Amino acid sequence: MIDLFLLYAFLASALAGAVLMLVLRHPMRVALALVATMLSLAGVYAMLGAHAIAVFQILIYVGAVMVFMVYVIMLLDVRDDSLVHRYNWMLVPGVAAFALLVAGLGAGVWGGLAPFVAGKAYGVKAFATAFLNEYWLHFELVSVLLVAAVVAAIAVLEVGRRPRG
Amino acid sequence: MDSLQLLGWSAVVLFALGLLGVIIRRNVLVMLMCMELMLNAVNLSLVVFAQRGDPAAASVLVFLVFVVAAAEIAIAIPIVLLLVRHKRSLDLGSYSDLRG
Repeated sequence: MIDLFLLYAFLASALAGAVLMLVLRHPMRVALALVATMLSLAGVYAMLGAHAIAVFQILIYVGAVMVFMVYVIMLLDVRDDSLVHRYNWMLVPGVAAFALLVAGLGAGVWGGLAPFVAGKAYGVKAFATAFLNEYWLHFELVSVLLVAAVVAAIAVLEVGRRPRG
Repeated sequence: MDSLQLLGWSAVVLFALGLLGVIIRRNVLVMLMCMELMLNAVNLSLVVFAQRGDPAAASVLVFLVFVVAAAEIAIAIPIVLLLVRHKRSLDLGSYSDLRG
């Protein structure tokens, strides 16, 4: 009973944070709303028994990605028109497309999912065993992807520099 | 009411909210954060579907999405830095001269 209540509370908090992201004006507040959403989703994962994913959600998303994002927001303290006018001219068609997407995809998901069976708790140990025994190739491919991302980031910054002579 | 259905529906709503944010917001950094929200919604749907399937495969997929999100941010932020250095603005409307 208390489990179900916590699950719904975390879910409602995640949805509220996502709505706040669209409403708030300053990027820093949007970032804090996104952090709240991610923490609530970590709570949802923990209530569903995916403990390893909940830990990674907090460590990687909130700990690394969002700290990087907040750092960049503080670095780029640009005051421009986008702080006053939040939305562009796509507001009305965008909201209409949002309603269509939620109605169509949501109806499909709602009708297609069978009743809830609580999964077994899935901890870090089981995750690590499965990851390095069965999915080691994916692990190596991910490291290649990360190296490519680092090289690409450095290359993008090199473009902006003046040519050395 | 079924909680698995509600969770799957919430993943759809989170994804749609992220897409809406990418479409309607003007600030580049806010758009990036809305993309992160879309990735989070996909993760939520993977975890929800794992309740009825193979949790190991779902966990590995979620982990791969984490890595893709980190790589995406690592490349997108330098691009935003370059754009801002060029125009001193985070407003996407001021970059309309970039269209081909």
